[in-house]
Amino acid sequence: MNLSLNRRSFLSGSGALVVAYAMNGSASAQNLPGAPPKSRGVNAKQVDSYFVIKADGGVMLYSGKVDLGTGHRIALPQIVADELGIPIERIAMIEGDTHLTPDQGSTSGSNGMMRGGVQTRQAAATARAALIKLGAQKLGLPEAELDTAEGEVRPKKGGAGVTFAALLADSQFNLELDPKAPRRKPSEYKYVGKHVRRPDMPGKATGSHVWMHDFAVEGMLHGRSVYPPRPGAKLASVDEASIADIPGVKVVRIKDYLGVVAEREWHAEKAARQLKAQWEGGGIVTTSAEAQTYLRSSGPRDKDEVAEKKGDFDKAWPETAKKLTADFYWPMQSHASLGPSCAIADVRDGEATIWTASQGTHKFAEAFEGILQLPKGKVRQIYLDGAGCYGMNGHDDAAIDAAILSRAVGKPVRVQWSRADELAWDPKGPPQTLTIEAGLDKEGKISTWRAHMWVPRLTPKLPNVPLVSPQLAGLPQMQGISTGSISIGAIPTYDIPNMEAVLHYVKDTPVRTSPLRAPGKLANLMAVETMMDELALAAGKDPLAFRLDYLKDPRSIDVLKKTAELHGWQARVEPRRDGKGRGVAFTHYKGNETYVGMAMDVEVDRASGAIRVTRVSCAHDCGQIISPDSVKSQIEGCIIQGVSRAMFEETRFDRERITAVDWSSYQVITFPDVPALNIALIDRPDQRPVGAGEAAIAPVAAALANAVFDATGVRLRSAPFTPQRVRAAMVETGTRAG
Amino acid sequence: MARYALDVNGQTRSIDVHDPQEPLLYVLRNDLRLTGAKYGCGLGQCGACTVIIDGEAVRSCLTPISAAKGKITTIEGLGTPQKPHAVQAAFIEEQAAQCGYCTNGMVMTTAAFLDKTKAPSSGQVRDALAANVCRCGAHDRIVKAALRAASAK
Repeated sequence: MNLSLNRRSFLSGSGALVVAYAMNGSASAQNLPGAPPKSRGVNAKQVDSYFVIKADGGVMLYSGKVDLGTGHRIALPQIVADELGIPIERIAMIEGDTHLTPDQGSTSGSNGMMRGGVQTRQAAATARAALIKLGAQKLGLPEAELDTAEGEVRPKKGGAGVTFAALLADSQFNLELDPKAPRRKPSEYKYVGKHVRRPDMPGKATGSHVWMHDFAVEGMLHGRSVYPPRPGAKLASVDEASIADIPGVKVVRIKDYLGVVAEREWHAEKAARQLKAQWEGGGIVTTSAEAQTYLRSSGPRDKDEVAEKKGDFDKAWPETAKKLTADFYWPMQSHASLGPSCAIADVRDGEATIWTASQGTHKFAEAFEGILQLPKGKVRQIYLDGAGCYGMNGHDDAAIDAAILSRAVGKPVRVQWSRADELAWDPKGPPQTLTIEAGLDKEGKISTWRAHMWVPRLTPKLPNVPLVSPQLAGLPQMQGISTGSISIGAIPTYDIPNMEAVLHYVKDTPVRTSPLRAPGKLANLMAVETMMDELALAAGKDPLAFRLDYLKDPRSIDVLKKTAELHGWQARVEPRRDGKGRGVAFTHYKGNETYVGMAMDVEVDRASGAIRVTRVSCAHDCGQIISPDSVKSQIEGCIIQGVSRAMFEETRFDRERITAVDWSSYQVITFPDVPALNIALIDRPDQRPVGAGEAAIAPVAAALANAVFDATGVRLRSAPFTPQRVRAAMVETGTRAG
Repeated sequence: MARYALDVNGQTRSIDVHDPQEPLLYVLRNDLRLTGAKYGCGLGQCGACTVIIDGEAVRSCLTPISAAKGKITTIEGLGTPQKPHAVQAAFIEEQAAQCGYCTNGMVMTTAAFLDKTKAPSSGQVRDALAANVCRCGAHDRIVKAALRAASAK
């Protein structure tokens, strides 16, 4: 199916973005719902929180989960259209508004469909059952003889039906989500599993889509924060005369928070750059060059903990015939959003409205109530699209900056972070180091596996990543560390008898952290899957066949076999060492979600050490596929961003500041380095849908490192795989003259 | 304060600006409310702010208002959802974006490139877009969209 859906969006009176669909680009007025109410029930257990049946025959869909560029905006209507039985173009959708949409938790951890979609589907199934019940009364027929289609309850055997609108226009279901409400069978789907075009592409390709950055409210001022030159520095003095030549600028100083507002955006930006201030103290505990040593030794250690255990490693290790040990390092990295964070806040008269690209509007509305000391329900957060964020970037920081400035000047304020603000101050994916000890028994079978990870202890019950400016301004918020679950995945899902994962707690991270797409998994998979290759070589086996020996789950086996077929995998034991190589990696993400197999071809220039990834194949099983093109798009993004993170990206810092603050000092992949992609989706309509947003990024560095080994005979165990690092590794292993 | 007359999307627009160094990008976005061009870095490194001036793809974040001479085309002037330009139509056809924040730069750079280069190879397209950053990893689709637009012309 290739429905030509075009998007029409408009901003309602409150500023909520309403997205509607129309066939063939001609949105007819009757398909567009009226402006949404100012507030409504947002309890995620209530059917009415998810949709309203409109008198015009349309459905207004409310989603607590938001589209971060992932395709949620088409996938969710696909689900609802099928489950309710209504043409997709009659559905309009509002996302992430704390006063309008159900609180379905943050959009993170690839949970948009896995949790949000499944929950909304159950709401739709409950609604459908209720509509059939109402229809039965109206038509005088038994419920069992009725179905829904085209926005009507109809007799299955044919004959006149009754429209949803006639049954329930603009009134409420008053029902809780029924976990037992019958769902449609996959064979009945019209939209789920089919390619339906995203409604937002025409606007995005023609400049009419309204991003957070493009939104404006009446009478707003432009604000900028002036962050300290060193984290933790105290503001000693401000020289306002230094910006006297810029018209209409007001300086806002609250303890160590410094910001400016101006009527004209350029004047605010110029003032933020030009304003002179004296700062004292502050700094970073280590440097990027020394971070691995810092994590392993100098970081004050808390205590060790065995996170996962199977069999008895300590007992089996002495009897292990062939023992291998390797250390790994993954650097600190930025979310590096292409559009620096932006938000608008209007904080006046004891309440706040925040327009934000937040991944968690409900969560941060509550956080903002605490920070701004406003009563419950007095902060409304309204989602608008930001640039891709891949975890938690600076959006929520920009939002609180705007709120602090708005409250100080009594007017709405828009804050736009600079490129340097984003790369220096977005919360980072933490640096990671780990050691894997693993070995083969006398028969050449893997008998032992132990992973040591040096990680920060996550703060229990931390409601959200702490924000920068409240800390500077002395406003109340809970402090603590959040990284996402970076310690998952260092022991594999392979069938190995004796395994354990040991955590060594370091007291702190060098700078503030937050989840970064597939938190920790690129590093952990790099360790796990390169060790699997080392074991395969030690056992004299082809790496792909060796992996299959340790997989029992049929879906794991299928995905790896499909990868081999896609890539044209040819078995080999010894590395080629001729500058061209092929690598493989596999993950069953988090042990219970998506299955990913990946194979990769590389070419390594032995003189320069430069790697070129030429071709990547990926087989992917995320259960039931809702929106195949969105899944494919996410996988493409995972592979390309994964190659970028493995080969180029490192947030470098010295003891004063982060020094990677633009696209030249923080490099990301560009077009000439993008490999050819070959993707196979394995659809399991009878299985639950699981995440597609991040699983495929997890094995990228591992497959790449394995391919480089095949090409050169050199093991890369520290990212990014820069030419300098590759050269150094070749010299170290004697495969290249120094 | 000085008055500048800009030729934007076929219309002459007059704007009073205090600082002759103010980038064209800010004037387009805030004064003319043409928000298709995006702020990405302010350094000319990412291409999100690209507009076409006299046929050349130009970084509007590095173009002072006082130097913004010539015929300026923004993405809004290229086409609309109802009547998209060939490049825009190809981006829609290929679904060539994730978040889409880079799309303005990709579309405008591609449009200017294809006006000069007929029937480019995939390698030429990649080189033409080498200084445009996409963070989501939509590159493959963007190249396909550019090639589709080239063949449609």
